[in-house]
Amino acid sequence: MSVAIKANRLTPYMFLAPAGIILIFALLYPIGYMIYASFLDWSPSQRIGQAEFIGFRNYVNLWGDEAFRESFWVTIRFAAIVVTLEMVLGVGLALLLDRNIKGMAMLRTVFILPMMIAPIVVGLMWRYMYHPTVGIFNRTLKNFGFEGIPWLSDSTWSFIAIVIADVWQWTPFIFILALAAMQSLPRSALEAAEIDGANEWQKIVMIKLPLMMPVLIVTLLLRLIDAFKVLEVILVLTNGGPGLSTEILALRIFRTAQEFQELGEAAAMSNLLLMMLMVLTIGMFAYSRVQEARLARQRAAVEKDAD
Amino acid sequence: MPRIRLENLVKRYGDVEVLHGINLDMDENEFTVLVGPSGCGKSTTLRMIAGLETVSDGEIFINDRPVSNLEPKARDLAMVFQDYALYPHMNVARNMSFALRLQRRPKKEIDEKVGNVAEMLGLTDFLHRKPGELSGGQRQRVAMGRALTRDAGTFLFDEPLSNLDAKLRGQMRAELALMRQKVRKNMIYVTHDQIEAMTLGDRIVVMHGGYIQQQGTPEELFKRPANKFVAGFLGSPPMNFLEAEIQDLSGQPVVRGKGFELALPAEKAAAAASKTSNAVTLGIRPSDLHFSPDASDQEAVDLRVIVSEYIGAQSVLLCDCGGQKVEVELKSETPIALGETLRFAVNREGIHMFDRETEVAIR
Repeated sequence: MSVAIKANRLTPYMFLAPAGIILIFALLYPIGYMIYASFLDWSPSQRIGQAEFIGFRNYVNLWGDEAFRESFWVTIRFAAIVVTLEMVLGVGLALLLDRNIKGMAMLRTVFILPMMIAPIVVGLMWRYMYHPTVGIFNRTLKNFGFEGIPWLSDSTWSFIAIVIADVWQWTPFIFILALAAMQSLPRSALEAAEIDGANEWQKIVMIKLPLMMPVLIVTLLLRLIDAFKVLEVILVLTNGGPGLSTEILALRIFRTAQEFQELGEAAAMSNLLLMMLMVLTIGMFAYSRVQEARLARQRAAVEKDAD
Repeated sequence: MPRIRLENLVKRYGDVEVLHGINLDMDENEFTVLVGPSGCGKSTTLRMIAGLETVSDGEIFINDRPVSNLEPKARDLAMVFQDYALYPHMNVARNMSFALRLQRRPKKEIDEKVGNVAEMLGLTDFLHRKPGELSGGQRQRVAMGRALTRDAGTFLFDEPLSNLDAKLRGQMRAELALMRQKVRKNMIYVTHDQIEAMTLGDRIVVMHGGYIQQQGTPEELFKRPANKFVAGFLGSPPMNFLEAEIQDLSGQPVVRGKGFELALPAEKAAAAASKTSNAVTLGIRPSDLHFSPDASDQEAVDLRVIVSEYIGAQSVLLCDCGGQKVEVELKSETPIALGETLRFAVNREGIHMFDRETEVAIR
């Protein structure tokens, strides 16, 4: 093989190299570091080399750790509830707003604003609104003669409070994706359904939703992955309290490292979270692979008939 | 089955009026073809009948019942769309049975109907396939099958063949004609293809610029076009138009233009005499011109061949006649040379004249 051809083959890798190097340092190295650290009994005062290697003991400890199990459960509950609510609201809004009304472009922009605000700001904003005496919710309730709600000091209400804040911030994400999916639906198929006698509800259930399903499933998985990692808003709003009622995993990890100074254990938790997200991500890719395979099969069938 | 009547149908989009008062009567079991160039309002008219577009003014009557405020499903229609509009997530059987399932008909009846229609259209082997797994022609058939399974009173077709390639289009046209014999229903068919219109329609409605130009049987429209547009739109190759003047040559009326002078039949001369202007557009179809070297001066035109297009048994010659272009058809074996001047006799019935200003036929 001549030198020229060899150089030619290597060219793409050369162009990829900078990105690859950055990935290795910014992603693979920290993950490797974290995995290694999860087998250590390591406090911030030690250098990593001085830490004692304890095998799987961090993981075993986690298994028996009541607080960790609680926060694991809170995370699952939180993710399941917010993603369900956001899917229902987002898709519902998209169904409602998928029409030509004056000012709709403006309205759509307003709808996606919450998503663009920095999470810390969102947290602060909601904390002020939830404030027991000067917050807008309790002031309004009191104006109407009701009693104020202990938004952030009662364990049930504080969970509801973080759910509301998250739904407020992330429904728009589902809304814009669902709206985009809806607007790319074949118009004539919907007209055909109308002529075939479908009413609005039947059109939604029998035509629109099934056709949007691939987009909705990917949206759901994306959102689920994100919901498992939520941190800032809750950190600012409740800091996990009262008790452990709103202490989601990311917050638990943060506190284990920061307050309890158990770097090894925090690393083990991070690892578990990472594996969970990995499963979801793989699920998402698997789903799109299955879709692609189905399309390829259909194309193959058509071509075979044409022969 | 039903009688459909359009009365002063108007469609406006904002300030723009695209249909200007369409009046049309469609008899029971009639196959009506709306034909015209794109943008003529034919699809809009069909979609208004279907209920997919609102009616700006006027009324649509189905069996004397005004329907313009009814939902599509209340009008007892089935429609075949240009892009087939199949439900991509349902297999062929479920596509075809969709309307019946919405009506909650018994499963046995649905299966039977779908089975019958599938057999008629040769779809039996494909009932479990999704639209994505079908070829264009098969999808077209499923769209047709879905409309047939519905068993509605009126069938609407919105350019159903225009997404198919030429060969398949011919095939499906024949199948449609065959289906037409089996299914006695009202059919309204929109197309821009004049061959589809001529071969399928009981009645053809030629539209242009949001107006109906003329309606009638294919033969009426072909033989007695009401104006220059209809004359030029129907027929292939299209009618030749020549600028000319009517003159009286010592008692013998003639139509004369650059490079030709034709004797006018008496009834044409009489019709022309009532006009104030002598300036006309003469229209002659290629099929009314016959190669005939011995024809007399006043029955023939002399044409100089510019281009010869060989298309098999026939050739189409593009010729020059006093600076104007004329197309004629000629048996391919006739020995001719480019640049040669040939004499073509003109059929007396084939002489059409149109007012040069209004383009209305003089007859």
